[in-house]
Amino acid sequence: MSKPDEVLEVRDLVKRYPAVLAVDGVNFSVRRGSCFGLLGPNGAGKTTTVEMMEGIMPPTSGEILYEGHAIGPRFRDEVGIQFQSTALQDHLTVLETLQLFRRLYKHGADLEQVIQMCSLEKLLKRDNRKLSGGQRQRLLLGVALVNDPKILFLDEPTTGLDPQARRNFWELVERIKENDKTVILTTHYMEEAYRLCDEIAIMDQGKIIAQGSPQALLKEHFDDVILELPKSDLPSPLVDFAFPVLERGDYIEISTPDVNLALAMLVERNINLNRMQVRPRNLEDLFLELTGEDLRT
Amino acid sequence: MIRRIAAVLNARNVEFLRDRSTLGWNIFLPVLLVLGLSFIFSGQGRPMFKVAVLQQTGQIDEQLHPFLQTKYIEFFTVADQADAVRKVARHKIDMLLQFEPEDRYWVNPEAPKGYILERLLLQTDPGIARAEVSGEAVRYVDWLLPGILGMNMMFSCLFGVGYVVVRYRKNGFLKRLNATPLRPIEFIIAQVLSRLILIMAVTVFVYIGTRYFIDFRMQGSYATLFIVALVGAICLISLGLVVAARFTSEELAGGVLNMLTWPMMLVSGVWFSLEGSHPAVQMLARIFPLTHILDAARAVMLDGATLTQVMPQLSALGLMSVVFLFTGAAAFRWQSD
Repeated sequence: MSKPDEVLEVRDLVKRYPAVLAVDGVNFSVRRGSCFGLLGPNGAGKTTTVEMMEGIMPPTSGEILYEGHAIGPRFRDEVGIQFQSTALQDHLTVLETLQLFRRLYKHGADLEQVIQMCSLEKLLKRDNRKLSGGQRQRLLLGVALVNDPKILFLDEPTTGLDPQARRNFWELVERIKENDKTVILTTHYMEEAYRLCDEIAIMDQGKIIAQGSPQALLKEHFDDVILELPKSDLPSPLVDFAFPVLERGDYIEISTPDVNLALAMLVERNINLNRMQVRPRNLEDLFLELTGEDLRT
Repeated sequence: MIRRIAAVLNARNVEFLRDRSTLGWNIFLPVLLVLGLSFIFSGQGRPMFKVAVLQQTGQIDEQLHPFLQTKYIEFFTVADQADAVRKVARHKIDMLLQFEPEDRYWVNPEAPKGYILERLLLQTDPGIARAEVSGEAVRYVDWLLPGILGMNMMFSCLFGVGYVVVRYRKNGFLKRLNATPLRPIEFIIAQVLSRLILIMAVTVFVYIGTRYFIDFRMQGSYATLFIVALVGAICLISLGLVVAARFTSEELAGGVLNMLTWPMMLVSGVWFSLEGSHPAVQMLARIFPLTHILDAARAVMLDGATLTQVMPQLSALGLMSVVFLFTGAAAFRWQSD
């Protein structure tokens, strides 16, 4: 039985292709008004899971409950979806595209509000084909909002965007969250998940390997911070050091629960600390900790 | 439902009308073809002599008459005298010969080819009896025009629907529509209506445009011709939807569409009459919608046939449309499995 504040519940979800088990018995629920993030590397099963939740793809087994009931025709009217890659109809303007999708729903949002929320005012007469990556994602978000959805699915919404466009998009999602909408987000950008999500589930090889709020998960798995040092600042390789040392590209990372002690030991070895950075543990570290693999590989 | 169909219909129409290159191609290609071919065939064009020999069955015995040994004339047998005489009158056959119980020939005195054949025949047999039929001469361009219009409709309907829907599926637009309350049948109806409106508008435009340059023959009623074109277009669009139902590859869809359009272009009577061709070819031609469209259109334009007279062709097209539409709707997928 679903709890009253659970808007979506996923039970024992499996998706099997002839040669691949894409989703392997996944269970989780999404609270009303929260932002739920599915994280994982490419091929982890995030998009497959989300597309089954969206009703686009049938599961091999398992069930998905929307407000306690199996997904039915009402679901299509009450969700908004932004796919990872979607083409829009050629030769239509931004405004015509929004109008097309708005007319497919019986009830929906005021287009003016959608246009304003997605900052599309200056693009209304522009041909879809002439939009930049960021503008296009804003339009696709607008298309996903035309029916004033209760749940908004965003599948890798900022993949391929430059950092500025990505940050602008995050601000849009934060504005949407303020309107009490439930957001389900898939991403492989940990910073994105950390900033937007109230709860995350980390997927790897079709399974959920950790679930909870980003802060709680980090607290649960780590009690240390990371000291980052350029390799070039080390007179010799850092062997027999009291804390774990990890090489990452041109940097080394020292994980330590005691920064004072670690700093003292580095000073003792005459290491230049001018370019050293101290950072807290992040979700990327968590993924590495859980799977032994770098998220971006 | 109507609101959703209207939304998709409107969007597709806007897309088509703003795609200037496709629109131009749809309008100007048939006009150019008609103009070019009418120019080519208006002069000392290639003779297309078709002589039917009245006999019940079997091969034509060349020893029956020396005329049968003449080269560059296509001889073939017919069994129904009345029907053959009517075809001579309508220029589908240039001459009809009979050797049992007496030697006799029918020729249309208005037909240039009939006149030449008659001169040749009388060279070999001055005493053969003449039986005249009458009928106004139909130029090749009169005969060709319905073929060109039909061919343009065929390409536009099949590629315009089949190719476009497959492209929508491949680039994920159909998947996006699937995430809305739009139902497959609503999407299909919108595509059929959109292409139907566009192809009928383009065909009428091309017809009027061609008429401006060429004074071609139109014996029947415009309303009947419009109905023939309408039913034919529905049938061809429905066939396009069958191709579009599942494919995700434009290359594969293009190949299948070519496989459908080329045989139709060759054996449905776009360029030349199928009279006298192998029975298997004639039978094959009957399974193609374009054959029925052209039969009906030529009957209306050249012979002034009424709606009742072209009802057999319209019925065949209607039946095919129902089969294609149901097959297309049942097989339709928003995205690949």
